[in-house]
Amino acid sequence: MIKVTDLNKHFGEQQVLHNINITYNPGECSLIIGASGSGKTVLLKSLVGLHKIDSGEIWYNNIQFNALSFKDKKEIRKEIGMLFQGSALFDFATVEENIKFPMDFFTNWSNKEKLNRVNFCLERVDLKNVNNLLPSELSGGMQKRVGIARAIALNPKYLFCDEPNSGLDPQTSILIDQLISEITKEYNITTIINTHDMNSVMEIGDHIGFIHKGHLLWEGNMDNVLKSGCKELDNFVFASGMARKLKSTIQ
Amino acid sequence: MKKALEQLGQYFLLMKVVFTKPDKSKLFWKQFFVDAEKLVLNSIPIVAVISLAIGAVIVIQTATNLENPIISKMYVGYMARESLVLEFCSTMIALILAGKVGSNISSEIGSMRISEQIDAMEIMGVNSANYLILPKIASATIFNPLLMLMSFFLGLLGGALIIAFTGIITMHQYTEGLQFAFQFYYIVYSMVKMAVFSFIITSVASYYGYYATGGSLGVGSSSTKAIVVSSVSILIANLAITQIMLN
Ligand SMILES: Nc1ncnc2c1ncn2[C@@H]1O[C@H](COP(=O)(O)OP(=O)(O)OP(=O)(O)O)[C@@H](O)[C@H]1O
Ligand SMILES: [Mg+2]
Repeated sequence: MIKVTDLNKHFGEQQVLHNINITYNPGECSLIIGASGSGKTVLLKSLVGLHKIDSGEIWYNNIQFNALSFKDKKEIRKEIGMLFQGSALFDFATVEENIKFPMDFFTNWSNKEKLNRVNFCLERVDLKNVNNLLPSELSGGMQKRVGIARAIALNPKYLFCDEPNSGLDPQTSILIDQLISEITKEYNITTIINTHDMNSVMEIGDHIGFIHKGHLLWEGNMDNVLKSGCKELDNFVFASGMARKLKSTIQ
Repeated sequence: MKKALEQLGQYFLLMKVVFTKPDKSKLFWKQFFVDAEKLVLNSIPIVAVISLAIGAVIVIQTATNLENPIISKMYVGYMARESLVLEFCSTMIALILAGKVGSNISSEIGSMRISEQIDAMEIMGVNSANYLILPKIASATIFNPLLMLMSFFLGLLGGALIIAFTGIITMHQYTEGLQFAFQFYYIVYSMVKMAVFSFIITSVASYYGYYATGGSLGVGSSSTKAIVVSSVSILIANLAITQIMLN
């Protein structure tokens, strides 16, 4: 479980996040949705400690993460997996070495055990025979999959995904979404996903938080997101012409 | 001025994080040898070519300027040796490496920064600065003084070759000059300089790469800054070390 209380964050003059209070539960895909520039990435990076927050508390179960030193954070970070917007695979290393990387640092497994785990993770994301390829030799969708494989290499308790399906075609997007959702349920992971893709919202949104200009305006799930009664959220959800037409037809 | 001081502070804070015990010594040594190859071994060809050429040029220039029959031609060898060991093989080679190695390091680390690869390491709990930067500083600082020695010998060889080809002075005069008033301490001085300069080149370039912002344009401008700042720092350090060691 991750619990955030009264989180504030600003860059220079600009306050990017205002008094965020939210709780994320294990076994659920929690989505952070909102327009471009609303503060989703900043929130996600604050949660994992890549941004220092101005005030507020971030709790991982009963440990206050934001009060820990770099060294103590390490213990929790071993339980964190993160998929970055641009995949962020190490381009000096092959697919196999990328997934092995966290194992090299934090386990005493033999080479064979590591290799088994690598192959298990690759299989889990439906990739085969890519072990010795470099990230530059993969398509965008494959890079995302390797990113996920690397994120789950050490059986994380927490999984963070920044726009896992940006830049992918709708079909691949849904596959990636389903993959994340399955893994979340299977291993009871606390998963937090940034997205502005309504397809993901309707597909895997167990829990949804809507951010508008740095304020958390609405919380709910995929069942009530279409009838939230929140004007800003409606503008976001029914942004496309198709969505507006569907809405008026149904009404 | 305020910004420069801030950056200096940020540089020292980064170095504090860099100089910690590596998480896994095995991974450190692996990276150490990878970087030794990339930063030192791969610099051998350019250093070799330049040293041979400069050694030859110094001999021609001093020989043609020593027209006065009272001064022995032997001094050509003496002067070639002194200028190579005192300045050329350390300071000049370091300035060349600041361009070659410095831009390599800052663009490599900088592109890892902007593509969030460094963030990915941090998230895993890896001390990215230590993992990426320490092996570079260590390998260059340890091995580059040997590069300086190589440059020195090749410079002398360049001089010998041009004498063999042109006969501008006799080989005997040259070798006699090379041995004249030889001070081993100068070699120590030059190797110390090279070690310090290598530290400057690798740490400054790493700093600019590590804090690169603003996409690929930012990576480009940070490697330009790295070269300028490390070159100026080398010249200042050169003055300081010379003051300390030769006075
Ligand atoms: N490192 C930074 N320095 C200064 N301002 C920043 C920084 N990172 C983000 N911001 C600002 O914070 C605001 C929120 O940015 P953020 O990246 O969180 O948006 P986002 O919701 O993730 O958008 P997108 O959907 O386009 O990724 C933006 O106005 C941005 O300019
Ligand atoms: Mg974003």
